[in-house]
Amino acid sequence: MAFRALLTRRTLAAASGLGPNGGVATSFRGLQTFSLPDLPYDYGALQPAISGEIMQLHHQKHHQAYVTNYNKALEQLHDAMSKGDAPAVVKLQSAIKFNGGGHVNHSIFWKNLAPIQAGGGEPPKGSLGWAIDNNFGSVDALVQKMNAEGAALQGSGWVWLGVDKELKKLVVETTSNQDPLVTKGPSLVPLIGIDVWEHAYYLQYKNVRPDYLKNIWKVINWKYASEVYEKECP
Amino acid sequence: MGSFSLHSSCLAKPTLRWSNDCFQNLNSLKLPALQRRPNFHSRKASKVLAFYGLKSPPYKLDALEPYMSKRLLETHWGEHQRGYVEGLNKELEKNDILYGYTLDELVKVTYNNGNPLPEFNNAAQVWNHDFFWESMQPGGGGMPELGLLQQIEKDFGSFTNFKEKFIEAALSLFGSGWVWLVLKRREKRLEVVKTSNAVNPIVWDDIPLISLDVWEHAYYQDYKNDRGKYVNAFMNHLVSWHVVTARIIRAEAFVNLGEPKIPVA
Repeated sequence: MAFRALLTRRTLAAASGLGPNGGVATSFRGLQTFSLPDLPYDYGALQPAISGEIMQLHHQKHHQAYVTNYNKALEQLHDAMSKGDAPAVVKLQSAIKFNGGGHVNHSIFWKNLAPIQAGGGEPPKGSLGWAIDNNFGSVDALVQKMNAEGAALQGSGWVWLGVDKELKKLVVETTSNQDPLVTKGPSLVPLIGIDVWEHAYYLQYKNVRPDYLKNIWKVINWKYASEVYEKECP
Repeated sequence: MGSFSLHSSCLAKPTLRWSNDCFQNLNSLKLPALQRRPNFHSRKASKVLAFYGLKSPPYKLDALEPYMSKRLLETHWGEHQRGYVEGLNKELEKNDILYGYTLDELVKVTYNNGNPLPEFNNAAQVWNHDFFWESMQPGGGGMPELGLLQQIEKDFGSFTNFKEKFIEAALSLFGSGWVWLVLKRREKRLEVVKTSNAVNPIVWDDIPLISLDVWEHAYYQDYKNDRGKYVNAFMNHLVSWHVVTARIIRAEAFVNLGEPKIPVA
């Protein structure tokens, strides 16, 4: 039983492109449930840009809550669908968007970060670097733009660098709450997402969100962003 | 009505419904004062025209311990709210279209019927936080009494039911926002309402009685991600039913909640 679950998780993960950590498992009744992906680095590895305390809370409490509630919502959805209960199905959509979005966004976020020793903060080279210069002038200009939009975002949300896979253009977008980037355009693929919910920086930076945005670039994993970009725009 | 003293700005803008706006929050009557800070011949001192001020909570910053720490209040009030006030004043410097409003009026005007102007966020957050500090007291919690309790029981079934609904609203609010106990003007009943970011019920002309800040900055330093513990601490130990009673008494001047039942001897 455990072996079969392992096999399924690996193949499913490979198919869905979620990486070796997966974050996907199957349970009984064929209903896919999700699990918290592991971080590819220690909680303290991103200091001093992001404190270990924040990383631990963010991963073990916040992301875990999204995963748990997403699974719960999916199970309720499965029930409602099999009973043909249309009002219940519609009512669950906001919980699924919020918690599912939270899981999707944070799974990308952990990959967007890397300790300095593992290349965090190293500017992008290759086709992504060239595309950034083309679209924004320079990496610095892109960083300024993303920081400005992130700081101006009211309430909770995310600021993204994405690529429009149809138009082959880079875009900077913001989404509110846990809306994934795809809600801003069906052909948008996220390259870098920065969480500007208060829980992402409060314990260290208090209300000074601009300082958090300035410092997080020191641990941004441009390598991962380049990989995703090269896959969408070969 | 004649015994109330009229606020100067109410006369300045006769087209607004001055009665409700002026008396809504008698606690926080603010005269929009135009003060120039002396320059002292220094080019570095920026010219700031102060329009609205940072109002202190009606208790010392450590008075709500251990349910809301002094450190949290220093950041929440001293940095967040101060930031909103200063941001608002800076935005208002740009032109004089929005001069002369009370804070209540400014919130409603900048809400612009659902298409908020850029000043709305700062104005509404200043208003919301003033209202929030006043909704709490040291040694709060417990139960409302007399007419307020009767009204709650009438509109929610029981006080426990209301409390559950309020807590459930706070826990199910996605993202940043506020939870309110509101007296709905048209329906003439109490309701629990959730709003996002900076929105508050006065933009819909309803009368708020309690507000609870569920932005993460409101509880993160004390409770980390445990919003449930924070909301329970608020309901059981912080909410000031005295203030809520005063607010609903004032509201009854505008909303007819029916005749009280006078017991027959």
